[in-house]
Amino acid sequence: MDLNYTPEELAFADEVRQWVRANLPPETRDRVLQHQHLGKEEQVEWQRRLHARGWGAPHWPKEYGGPGWTSVQKYLFDEVLSEEGAPQALPFGLSMIGPVLIAYGSQKQKDYYLPRILRMDDWWCQGFSEPGSGSDLASLRMKAELDGDEWVLNGQKTWTTLGQYANMIFLLARTDPAAKKQQGISMLLADMSTPGITLRPIITVDGAHEVNEVFFDNVRVPKENIVGQPGMGWSYAKFLLGHERTNIARIGRSKAELARLKKIATEEKADGVPLMETPGFREKVAAVEIELMALELTNLRMIAAEQSGQAPGAEANMLKIKGSEIQQTLTELMMEAVGPYALPYNPEAREHGWKGEPIGPAYAAPLAPDYFNYRKVTIYGGSNEIQRNILAKAVLGL
Amino acid sequence: MDFNLSDTQQMLRDTAARLIRERYGFEERAKLLASEDGFSRKMWATFAELGLLGVEIPEEHGGIGGTFQDLAIVLEAFGRGMVVEPFIPTVVLGAGLIRAAGNEAQKSELLPRVAEGGMFLAFAHGEPRSRYSLTHVETTAKREADGYRLDGAKAVVLGGDCADRLIVSARTAGKTSDRDGLSLFLVERGAPGLKIRGYPTVDGTRAAEVMLVGVRVPGSALLGPEGGAFPFIEQTIDRGIAALCSEAVGNMQALNEVTLDYLKTRTQFGVPIGSFQVLQHHMVDMYIAHEQARSMAILAADRADSTDAQARTKAISAAKVQIGRSGRFIGQWAIQLHGGIGTTMEYSAGHYFKRLTAIDRTFGDADFHLTRFANVPSPSGRGSG
Ligand SMILES: Cc1cc2nc3c(=O)[nH]c(=O)nc-3n(C[C@H](O)[C@H](O)[C@H](O)COP(=O)(O)OP(=O)(O)OC[C@H]3O[C@@H](n4cnc5c(N)ncnc54)[C@H](O)[C@@H]3O)c2cc1C
Repeated sequence: MDLNYTPEELAFADEVRQWVRANLPPETRDRVLQHQHLGKEEQVEWQRRLHARGWGAPHWPKEYGGPGWTSVQKYLFDEVLSEEGAPQALPFGLSMIGPVLIAYGSQKQKDYYLPRILRMDDWWCQGFSEPGSGSDLASLRMKAELDGDEWVLNGQKTWTTLGQYANMIFLLARTDPAAKKQQGISMLLADMSTPGITLRPIITVDGAHEVNEVFFDNVRVPKENIVGQPGMGWSYAKFLLGHERTNIARIGRSKAELARLKKIATEEKADGVPLMETPGFREKVAAVEIELMALELTNLRMIAAEQSGQAPGAEANMLKIKGSEIQQTLTELMMEAVGPYALPYNPEAREHGWKGEPIGPAYAAPLAPDYFNYRKVTIYGGSNEIQRNILAKAVLGL
Repeated sequence: MDFNLSDTQQMLRDTAARLIRERYGFEERAKLLASEDGFSRKMWATFAELGLLGVEIPEEHGGIGGTFQDLAIVLEAFGRGMVVEPFIPTVVLGAGLIRAAGNEAQKSELLPRVAEGGMFLAFAHGEPRSRYSLTHVETTAKREADGYRLDGAKAVVLGGDCADRLIVSARTAGKTSDRDGLSLFLVERGAPGLKIRGYPTVDGTRAAEVMLVGVRVPGSALLGPEGGAFPFIEQTIDRGIAALCSEAVGNMQALNEVTLDYLKTRTQFGVPIGSFQVLQHHMVDMYIAHEQARSMAILAADRADSTDAQARTKAISAAKVQIGRSGRFIGQWAIQLHGGIGTTMEYSAGHYFKRLTAIDRTFGDADFHLTRFANVPSPSGRGSG
């Protein structure tokens, strides 16, 4: 055993670091590190720069534009980007629909959509959940009926993340009402500007507009916009949800946040003593740091197994469970660190390019809203209860 | 021991509960929050009419001369409704300080106005660098021929943006963090040199940053003994904490009810989600967390006005720790058990959670009070003091 990275791996990480330092716009970096919302342009611009360097889709096979990295390289890439304050890649195109199209899409779909995903010509969103179908996704009711050369969509999707920026949606709909639950479901692609699609913002408790309801009223999309076979949508969806393994724990990001927490807790003083030096707080930070170390090693063990050819199964769900819990603890400690200055609510300070006078320390404004916002990470992408159910059944055989 | 309510308390509870039920629904509250002031002056007038602003104010000053426990009953109902009017700043902190430290002239001028709803108060004590410490005061008060000159900055002053009068703590002697040398002053909202930057807080109530640059007040503005205000400050914050505890208990109860109701009605996989055992267990732990919090809030209300500072401090800090922990536990799990809907602005659960979070961050968080509790020796070996 050797728990250290090889010299080649370290050199790779260094190369990535140098490149990011030279290419990440400083304003974008500041905004990411200060937890401000990014603009659409900023997100797109960053993806284009990565793509131009050949690093637009670290997880894709080489023939579709991936860099052909090892699992360790992919992991290091993600970690370095997080450390350096690069925007998080949006998952919808790169990690969700992209891999599905690579595996099951028609040649035409691959040729058209994959390069567009790499360049971020399209902003994709995910239309799975419905008001009555959350954890029990297979109970979804949205209908798609074939009428000549078109599918006619009727129904409602909800919780559609960043749908307000999206021009494309991939969705699940029932194409065979007679078939039982999972069997009658298909995966379809729709242009968000198609007549009959309307969007209603949902504002979350932190005051942000991140999710939406999307309504479909006799929306007509071309027949060829189905992915793979009719009635197979459920297995594609499972493939999609299970596909993104390496980044799901967000370890790189949590490490960067841990460093930020320590910095804030050093600047904050309790009776003149830096909070980081008071026993209670110091130990809480240490506790989450240790959890994170353990998760990192667990993740690396899985990556090593994957590299030697063992496909990870439901074990990967533990990354989601632990990773999301750690992210929540970090937002909680960050908010605690600023004490009474967690209370002022100054939403403008989280917006793209705000330059006003802060209330209290400049870093305080987003911390409590982040804490509220991050309650979502144990809910979305399959709640942690559902992840545990899957582990219980698939791994423990219960 | 007797945990039963007196007749007056029954009456207060019914009055406050009816008011919240009939006039303070979630939708109505949302409208109040969206208004210019962020709360309703009309609602404030109703509180006054019902006698809720003068519960603790002596009868000769227009109140009903009740105890802190009486007030706690009102606060619990207000917690259930997530009342946004500046009740704790004005009634508990402001009027409480004046009652405790004020001279006859100050009491008879100010207390009746609070009781009848004609005056908002705020206690401007915390400072940008004080965190939760009560002795860390850098603001100074220098004696001048006919009064004092105040300079300094006050942070996150609850209710500070609408207060007609602020009670400002300042140093007339001593160094930062000394207990001695602190004094209190009544400062008019319009005083030259006073700058108030009001803002909403994360839970929808309001606060302010207050700057004092050469603010001049007459000698009659001194509230309590010069240089000897610390015991009053400490007791007032303890009373504020006891008030927050009662409010939090009402809040937690309402949040648990909303969540329980959701578990019984939301179906997934063809069954109510409350039939999943893991959710049942979380809900049971939330129920226990609320009962534990209630017990400590009762203790805090009982000890809030105790003259035995050590016994009071111990009970109050213990309660604050329990409330902080229960509030966090119930708040976080309530959102989780709701799934997506719990994360939205248009649904009540998230708002209860935000208020509970704000309560944990006010007047010292659970860590701070854990240390404070540990540092007070137990009188006669009984933990509950
Ligand atoms: C901020 C945010 C962004 C999202 N983005 C998207 C998106 O872009 N696209 C999209 O399609 N969806 C999105 N979602 C939806 C997300 O996937 C669902 O919220 C999630 O699957 C849970 O469904 P639900 O909200 O309906 O909760 P429910 O399924 O109603 O669950 C409520 C509670 O019951 C528990 N529960 C349910 N079933 C079981 C069981 N069998 N055993 C034990 N416990 C159970 C859950 O864990 C939860 O605690 C998003 C959600 C959020 C909050």
